[in-house]
Amino acid sequence: MTNSKRTPYDGVVIAAPVTIPYVRYSIESAQWWIGRALSALVAQAGIKASDIDGLCVSSFTMGTDSGIGLTQHFGLCVRWLDTIPLGGASAIAALRKAARAVQAHDADIVACVAGDTNHVDSFRLTLENFSRFNQDAVYPYGAGGANASFALIARNYMRTFGVTREDVGRIAVAQRANALRNPHALMKTPLTIEQYLAARPISDPIHLFDCVMPCAGAEAFLVMRDETAASLGLRAARLLSTIERHNAFADDPMQVRGGWAMDVGELYAMAGVKPDDLDIVQTYDDYPVITMMQFEDLGFCNKGEGAEFVRQHDLTIDGDFPHNTSGGQLSVGQAGAAGAYLGLVEGLRQVLGTAGPTQVKNAKLGLASGFGMINYDRGLASGAAIFAGPSR
Amino acid sequence: MIDPIEPPRRKNPLLRTRLPTSPPRPRSRTSHGFTRAAAEGRFMLQRCEACGAFAYPAREACPACLSAGLAFVDAPRRGTLLAETTARVPSDVYFRERAPWRIGLVRMDCGPTMVAHLHADCAEGAPVLMSFQLDKSGQAVAFARPEGETPNMADDRQWREMTADPKFRRVLVTNGRSVIGQEAAAALKAAGAKTVFVGVAEPWRPFAGEKLLRGQEGIEVVTLDAADEKSAADLAADIGGKVDILVNTTEHVRPGGLLDRRGTSIARDEIDQAYLGFINLAQAFGPAMRMRGADGINNSVAWINILSVYALANWPAFGAYSASQAACLSLSQCLRAELRPGGVKVMNLFTGPVDTEWFQTVPPPKVAPRAVAQAIVSGLRGGLEEMYVGDVAEEIRQRLAANPKALERELDR
Ligand SMILES: [Zn+2]
Repeated sequence: MTNSKRTPYDGVVIAAPVTIPYVRYSIESAQWWIGRALSALVAQAGIKASDIDGLCVSSFTMGTDSGIGLTQHFGLCVRWLDTIPLGGASAIAALRKAARAVQAHDADIVACVAGDTNHVDSFRLTLENFSRFNQDAVYPYGAGGANASFALIARNYMRTFGVTREDVGRIAVAQRANALRNPHALMKTPLTIEQYLAARPISDPIHLFDCVMPCAGAEAFLVMRDETAASLGLRAARLLSTIERHNAFADDPMQVRGGWAMDVGELYAMAGVKPDDLDIVQTYDDYPVITMMQFEDLGFCNKGEGAEFVRQHDLTIDGDFPHNTSGGQLSVGQAGAAGAYLGLVEGLRQVLGTAGPTQVKNAKLGLASGFGMINYDRGLASGAAIFAGPSR
Repeated sequence: MIDPIEPPRRKNPLLRTRLPTSPPRPRSRTSHGFTRAAAEGRFMLQRCEACGAFAYPAREACPACLSAGLAFVDAPRRGTLLAETTARVPSDVYFRERAPWRIGLVRMDCGPTMVAHLHADCAEGAPVLMSFQLDKSGQAVAFARPEGETPNMADDRQWREMTADPKFRRVLVTNGRSVIGQEAAAALKAAGAKTVFVGVAEPWRPFAGEKLLRGQEGIEVVTLDAADEKSAADLAADIGGKVDILVNTTEHVRPGGLLDRRGTSIARDEIDQAYLGFINLAQAFGPAMRMRGADGINNSVAWINILSVYALANWPAFGAYSASQAACLSLSQCLRAELRPGGVKVMNLFTGPVDTEWFQTVPPPKVAPRAVAQAIVSGLRGGLEEMYVGDVAEEIRQRLAANPKALERELDR
């Protein structure tokens, strides 16, 4: 069966990108962080909390709460509600669902929020309780969550395509340069390729600067129709296209491509743009090698050419391929499910021209991607979105 | 290639004993199909009864056809190592203490991909043989080793965590008056045990086979009457801190069931020797073994019970004896749970009638004591939990699984 043609996202806009600055450890709960993000959304959009009639939440550390508990917790009365447990793909999935909800008038203003706390032991607890396959067949091997699983993927990918650590390191080094312009990034010192290469090994070939630092924080944005944004006097980005895919290429013995590769043609066709047209790209960088894979799968180069692509381009804010302009999770930190939102929220600020110190000149067209859920031996969830600023 | 392990040095009493920790323990109920396989040294995977596809990790429906008919079956062990990594700073305490720790992803010839602990000689792109092993938490994990033999193969650091190899370890065999005890002592010594202590009650009284123990290098006769609480405690006070493997060979076989015996004195004797003897040994040696579960090359690793297979199904001709063995089997499960925090395995070795004087009237096939001794060594080397020695024991196991009622009727002959 072939997929039917999708309805465009006509009239759907995204506004009020919000970041609650991250901290390494927090004694506050995930609910506290989500509450701060909702408060900031309301303030930035100049609306009342009661104007929010749709809510979409993602978090690993809410304990027994889901979105429904949060409505009463925060005094929200909504007519559309979702909780999305897709890890690094949560933001794209939330955007997709919220877009259709406002398009169909099931809701007028949907708040999409992700937030997580980070207690001293919460990262380990999240790992322990991640999924059934992980519990049965990964965690007992001392993998300690993602590092060893991604190490296996990275090793196979690097060997298969002749990629060196130096190639991969270029991504991390460029992101650190970007992060130095972001006052909220947790990593505040420069990183050279020499330092990257000399870092201590974590799980070969993953070394220290390939890993994100778990932290606490929250990210959010509003999804609405363009006439709602106009009536509120809000500058907003137009949603042009999205894709989402789960458990793609299950027959690949090891993961060398994500679900994007399955849908990338549709991503650009729906948006009516080419990869070259993009002004900024925000990939999901839980490990730089996964970003390299995305450069290929999102159509910036062919499979196996990621290393060459990275060598040929300057990935910094002022470079010819501005990428993960906030510094990404590698340099800003990974605030649990908020890590899924980090790129999209920064991308929205870029095309709205409100990114401040990390602003790319004349950024109008952006792409953000998500990736998540190492359930067993590979990341299962992937997604991407293309959006345009009001001036395009 | 790996270097042979070095004999452990004398322990420095000022250094802290490394306390046992467990690798992650939670599993889904279905996943315990692998635990069963590991306990018996089998390699089983789920296979779809509808389409024949193998699946892993444990599933509730076939990923190829959604059938719920997924049976655990013996599966081909061969696969290819796709990629490996060495975890240097794992977040789990057990692995952090043992880092660097090497794992890999193996594509099985029969289809599924498995995350596995790796033997040091496994190479990327090369074939491996997979097994399920019981780790220090007592749960099944996949372990990949090279397809062929490699030098010092059993000395692999990660393999040794999964097994209870007697090499360089100190063993207590609890009854040196029995032929099984004597054969076990010799076999364990030959398997590289540093010292085999052999318990003998009233050792000044001569006994058959004495010369197999006395004056043998590495074999030490010690005073032990397991049925006597004080005797067990006294011996533990002396050597309790250096028993790495305990082989409970207590043997007290008398024919007869219920109605043709008068009174309880014989039954009491059976219980004293087998059941209370087990309790005495456990209370005397168990606590120190549990404490020393992570104590270097010669850490405590295993407790083995030699049980009659009639512990599983009563044989009326030896009915009261069967019951005492059933009691010991039940106790072994309790001991397994209590030693588990120390990572010490409890293995049960089930035998049919052994070729000794008390089974003199029983027709063959009977189990040679030497076969029991060899099974002890191979069970320790494989890290097993259940072993069946001899044709009778194996047959009873299969018949019990097929139809317990048929077995019960047929044992009544
Ligand atoms: Zn099937």
